[in-house]
Formats: sequence, C-alpha cells, structure tokens
Amino acid sequence: MTSALVSNDPALAAFAELVGDDGPVTVRGSGTRWELGGLVDPEATVVSAPVGVVDHIPAEMTVTVRAGTTVAQLQEVLGGAGQRTALPGRGGTVGGAVAVGENGLYPRGTGTVAASVLQVRYVSAEGRLVTAGGPTVKNVTGFDLPRLMTGSLGTLGLLAEITLRTNPIPGLSCWLEAEAVDPFAVNDLLLHPSAVLADDARVWVLLEGHAADVEAESRRLATLGTFVERDGPPPLPEHRWSLPPAALRDVVAGAADGATGPEPGSGPFVASIGVGHLWASQPQPPRPLDPVTQSINGRLKSNFDPTGRLNPGRTLGRP
Amino acid sequence: MLKRLHRNRTVSSGSPEDDALLEELRAALAPDRVRFDGAERALMGRDASVFDGGVSGPVCFPLTTAEVVAIMTISERHNRSIVPRGAGTGLAGGAIPLGAPVVIALTRMNRILEIDFDNRVAWVEPGVINLDLTKHLRPLGYHFAPDPSSQQVCTIGGNVANNSGGPHCLAYGVTNPHVRAIEVVLASGEVVMLGGLDPEPPGFDLRGAFVGSEGTLGIATRIAVTLTPNAPAVRTLLLAFASVEAAANTVSAVIAEGIVPAAMEVLDQKITQAVENFVGAGYPTDAAAVLLAEVDGLEDGVDLDADRISAIGLGNGATSVRLAETEAERELLWKGRKTAFGAIAQIAPDYYLHDTVVPRSKLAQVLEQIYEIAARHDVLVMNVFHAGDGNLHPLLVFDGRIEGMLERVHAAGAEIIEASIAAGGVLSGEHGIGVEKQAYMSRMFSDDDLDHQGRLRKGFDPKCRANPGKVLPSGHSCADIQALRAVPSGVWG
Repeated sequence: MTSALVSNDPALAAFAELVGDDGPVTVRGSGTRWELGGLVDPEATVVSAPVGVVDHIPAEMTVTVRAGTTVAQLQEVLGGAGQRTALPGRGGTVGGAVAVGENGLYPRGTGTVAASVLQVRYVSAEGRLVTAGGPTVKNVTGFDLPRLMTGSLGTLGLLAEITLRTNPIPGLSCWLEAEAVDPFAVNDLLLHPSAVLADDARVWVLLEGHAADVEAESRRLATLGTFVERDGPPPLPEHRWSLPPAALRDVVAGAADGATGPEPGSGPFVASIGVGHLWASQPQPPRPLDPVTQSINGRLKSNFDPTGRLNPGRTLGRP
Repeated sequence: MLKRLHRNRTVSSGSPEDDALLEELRAALAPDRVRFDGAERALMGRDASVFDGGVSGPVCFPLTTAEVVAIMTISERHNRSIVPRGAGTGLAGGAIPLGAPVVIALTRMNRILEIDFDNRVAWVEPGVINLDLTKHLRPLGYHFAPDPSSQQVCTIGGNVANNSGGPHCLAYGVTNPHVRAIEVVLASGEVVMLGGLDPEPPGFDLRGAFVGSEGTLGIATRIAVTLTPNAPAVRTLLLAFASVEAAANTVSAVIAEGIVPAAMEVLDQKITQAVENFVGAGYPTDAAAVLLAEVDGLEDGVDLDADRISAIGLGNGATSVRLAETEAERELLWKGRKTAFGAIAQIAPDYYLHDTVVPRSKLAQVLEQIYEIAARHDVLVMNVFHAGDGNLHPLLVFDGRIEGMLERVHAAGAEIIEASIAAGGVLSGEHGIGVEKQAYMSRMFSDDDLDHQGRLRKGFDPKCRANPGKVLPSGHSCADIQALRAVPSGVWG
C-alpha cells in the first residue's frame, strides 16, 4: 500500500540500499560522541547518512534535514531566517545529535531535543525505509516512534531524515555572572531563564527575549547580588551527568557523595539549576536499569532488530 | 467511510466464566468496587465519541497500584483483556471496550500525592481532574499547562493516554513534555517507573513512548507532572475579520514573525453567534471570524507582542481589535471559547467534532474546502480551532434522528480528513486515533511504518492485552481482538 507520506528522495533510497538487510552495520556521523554506549563491533560495516537540508519553511517553524547534515550547516540555514533548533551546538551531525538525544546547554530556551523531533525516517534492520511521526508541529497520530528513536543510539533503526521544530532566535541573549549568590534563589526569582548555571562559588545566567524583558529580569537579579555581563557560558568539564534538579543542592553545597553528585574536591563542576544537568571532571556512575525496564528495552531491541545487526556492541543505560 | 461499531448491544447476564472472574476480582478489591450490573456496563460501553456498541466486562474501581496489579493478574489468568478508563471524555472511542474486557476505571485514584517544588513536579494519581490540579497549584504560583476544553472533567491519566492538548499548548506544548515520570502497571502485572525526575534517564525513552499510547501499553498509576510558573503578565486580544481567510492568514503571519503567543484560537461566524448567545462575552456576531490571541510573560514583552499581533491583524484586514482591559473581561472571553461545544446545544442535539492538523500556511485553503464539503453533504459545519498550531476542529452539527443524516455526517467527515492529509497534514492533533481513525492510518503510513508501530506496542505488551483493537488498523499487530477467542459466548448475549 502506498502512503501519501512515503519519501521519494533518492538519497534516502540509496542509504537504505547501502544499509541493506544483512550483516552488522553502524552509521557514523562526526564521531563526537562515538564511544557513548560502548564501542561498536569492529566487524560492522561503517556507513554514512545522506546530507542536505531538504525543506525549511520559516513560516511553519519546521525544517526537514537529511541525517548526515552537520548541526552547524543546519544552523547556518536556519540562522538566515532568524531561527534555531534544540540540537546542541557541540559539533556533529543532526542524525548523531538525535540518536544521542542529549540536550544542549539551555534546553529551557531552545526546547528539548526529544520535543523538537516531529518526524523521522530511518532504515530498519530489514533495510526498509520507515517513516514515524508527522511533519506538523502538533500530532498524536499513532505510536510515538520518534520519541523511541531519539536517544536510542542507532540500535533500533538508522536515521536517514529528520523533521525538527524550530524556534525564533530571541531578540536579545545575555549571559550574566555573579559570585556569592544563591543559584536556587536566582532560579526561583526569574520567570523563564534560558539557563542558570552554578559551581561552588559562581552563578551564570542566560536571559533571552525582548530587550525590555531581559533588562527587567537583570534589574530583578541585581536585588540578589552584583551580576556582570560576559561573552558566553563558562567552560564545561568533560563528563555529563543527569540528576534530579533537587540533587544539585547537595552538589553546590559540597555535600554530594559520589553517587548523588561528584564528591567535593573531585575537580571543577558546572550544574544546570532547575534542569539537572551537571558537567564534572569524573563520569557519573553507571545507572543500571531496573529488571522490568530492562525487559522492555530488551523486547524492543529484539522486536526492531531481531538479529542484532544495528550498531552491535552499543547498549543503552550507561552514561 | 468511518466505521461505526455494530456489535451486539445486548448486555447479558454473566456466564459461569464471568462468575469465577468476578469472584476473584471482588475478593481482591471490595464487592462494591467491582460492578457487573447492566447499567454500569452499558455506561462503560460508551465514551464521549459518536461510537457505540462497545461491550464491557466487569468494571473495577481500584484505589491503589496494588489493586491495579491484582486486576491485571486476575484478568490475565482468565485470559481477558483490559481497558483503562478515566472520565470517558475521549472523542475517538479510545475507551470503548472491545471484546468484553475488564474495564479499569481510575476515577477513584484521584489524590494529589505531593508537590515537590525543588524538582518542580506534582505527583498525582491518574484520576485527578485536570482543572482540579491547576486550581490546587495556582495559589502556589504554578499550574499544569495542558488545558483541553474538557478540563473541568477530564483526568490527568486520560491526558497522558491521549497526549492531550488545549488552547495554551501553542507556547507550552502538549502533555508529553509536561510529564517527567510515570509509574505504570504493565498488562503482565509488573510495575515499572518510566522516565525520572532527572532530565535524561538512561535507556530508551519509554516515558516518551508511553504518553499518547491510548491505554495500549499499560496503566499509569502515579504521574509526575511539571509545574509551570504562572506568568505575571497576560494580554488577551479579540480581533474581528470580514473573512475566515483573513483570520487564518493573520495567524500564519504572527507565527512567521517569530512571535510565540500562549494561544491563538479562531472561531467562525456561526460558532461565534452561538457562543455570544450563550455567554454574552461581547464577541462581534457580525464578523465572519474572530481570533482570540493571548500572550503571556513579563509586562514589557507582552505589551510589545500584543501591539505586534494587533498590527499584523490590521495589516491583514482586521475590522476591529479589542484588548481585554480587566481579568474579568479576559475570563469572559475565554469562557466563550471554552464553552463553545456546550453552546451548540441551542442549534442541534448532536455534534461530531473532528480533529486534524494542517501546515499553518494551508489553514485558509483547507478551511475553504471544509465549507465546500459540508455544503455539498448538506451538513452544518462550524469551525472553532487551535489556529496557532494548525489544529483544525471542524464541528459537524446535526440532528441524528433525521433519516440519513448520520451517513451524510460521516461522508463529510471522511472528506475533511482526506483534504487535511492532502494538504500535508496529519490525522489527529490531540484526540488520538482510538477506533475513529484506525482505517485512515494507512493514508498516512505504509505497511512497514505500521508494522514498526506494532513492534513498539509489543515491547510493552507482547500479548496485546491492554486496550486491544485500537489505534492500528485491522490486519496489523494487536489490531484484531485476539482475546475474543477466549471470551465466553455468554458475554455477547
């Protein structure tokens, strides 16, 4: 049966052909997060996803892009129309960013990666091109495969094309820094800060929006301490953690125990207050899945990839 | 053609198999919380959709997760499927029981368990009513952002099952991004916590896949929803237009300008007149369409955005622009929008509310087609919809007692769906697929696509026991009611 939404893009058909239906296969973008989830079996055939922005409709606030396109290339196209996406600007490809699923530094400003993925086309373990989700900004038609694919590290299907929600680049973006200010008070004071970052001594705030709103929020911040403008965010330590926002209180207070956050004295860290991301000098300890979650994950993997040929060696559940 | 369910409507007395099942369920819960009388089963056989003919098995009212586990386990032992149910306000037939399943009504699990300010979540049971949660949170400085028109009665569990929307989802998003963690009882009786309070829990995004799965992946028994801070400033505008097209074009232009309003709702003349007659909110009844636009945030920004929307409207031919001067005036304008579906009772006894999404730039074109389709089938159509995200809600208003009327309504509805798909749209923006649009799934997805959706479903529920016969079309995994084979003949009467 034909579908109105089946792609007729020859680049996607060629990618499906390349992936085929037999033998271990891995797709490589820029390799910026290549070791996440474990190293891929060296026997696997390495393929690359097709590149190019397919369709950017500024008035719809959506963009369709082939997965091998770099995030930087996409941002260049979007920036020309005053738009951006939730994808993190740490280098790498669009497909890689979606397969990894990690949010950028200020998801409260850009939205999260998961919420921005409207439609995906991917090549299945059987070498078939599958479409999931839909191209409109609102859609509850059928099961939410785009959510499942986002962050699945290419273990369920190999991303070929992605339709993303875009959002307007704010009129003004302003990073501010202060010392000896309670970052949690900052977070509670502001309505919609794009980011509130903190280490054990300093606070960095990203305010975005109308210039008048940014100025008004800056004035409110001044009631808590002296904030000065700076060029951008602080440098981030290497390892990324995901913690409940409340757990960051102990981290900032130097009271974490290694599992609840990096131990005091274990090196610099930057915590994203109100969100729960943390960048530290040591990696987050493994977060094993409970047995029931593990069994659902296992069934999904075997349902989507019965022979285990997609990115063999890579598993989820390890930070 | 839309398929209406024509199963045997007779509600039978129980068979020996039913008696054994009932006995176990009553022992696990309490006798008065397991119902099998004709009235209860007839009630549970329907929801707010136009579909009837569902056949309910025993109806259970659990109070705890442990009781839901017991129901799941007992049902499995008796080889019966289950259907979760909240307030039954769904419009796609998602809660209609097919194959005499055990109905698990979650309305009595209705406690707000905890407000966790540090993590900005509220832990709630699935039966908590949407508006009750927001009323509880407002004085604390927060609210629950999704606000479907049924929010006075619909439940958070139902919102999770349908990934519900509402007018204010334009800026804040539908239910999915507002749900952080869900305790779920799987059809196997196992209990699992999906997602977590941290931003990126390990493993596949099972939480994200669960929201909007229409009760087919398991039953949510505890839900952590995000607290959204109340905005200190709100501006609500009512713009009048001489054509629906001008209103739709204004909406497209506002989005294209990079403004993200909290809400943008369009009402055409017929529904505006009905609403005005009903609530007297001062809606202009001589306008071909009105646009209700709202911006929220900080004082300066909302003034700027309100001015820009006003200017864009005037540039697109708005005949008047009114800014709500007081909170009372604003509430009255919203009362008009939110009671629109009640207002049509003045016009005809029945309505069929459709729900498709089209690209925003195609709104004017598809609306024109909808009026033409309705005229051709001699059905009255009114349009009141979430214009900001392209979510159309054509409302077919009719008297079902008129011979042949229902057939005309279904024929017109089918063409409206086709027109939306042809314009690059999707089948549903917020109501879901249920039984209503199963047959249309193949218009949007290939067999391979649908096969993969079935693989997701079976990852959670390999035996297809949770809400069988929904979402995926006949011929696909879990679409056909496998449990029927095991159902005693007696339940069909």
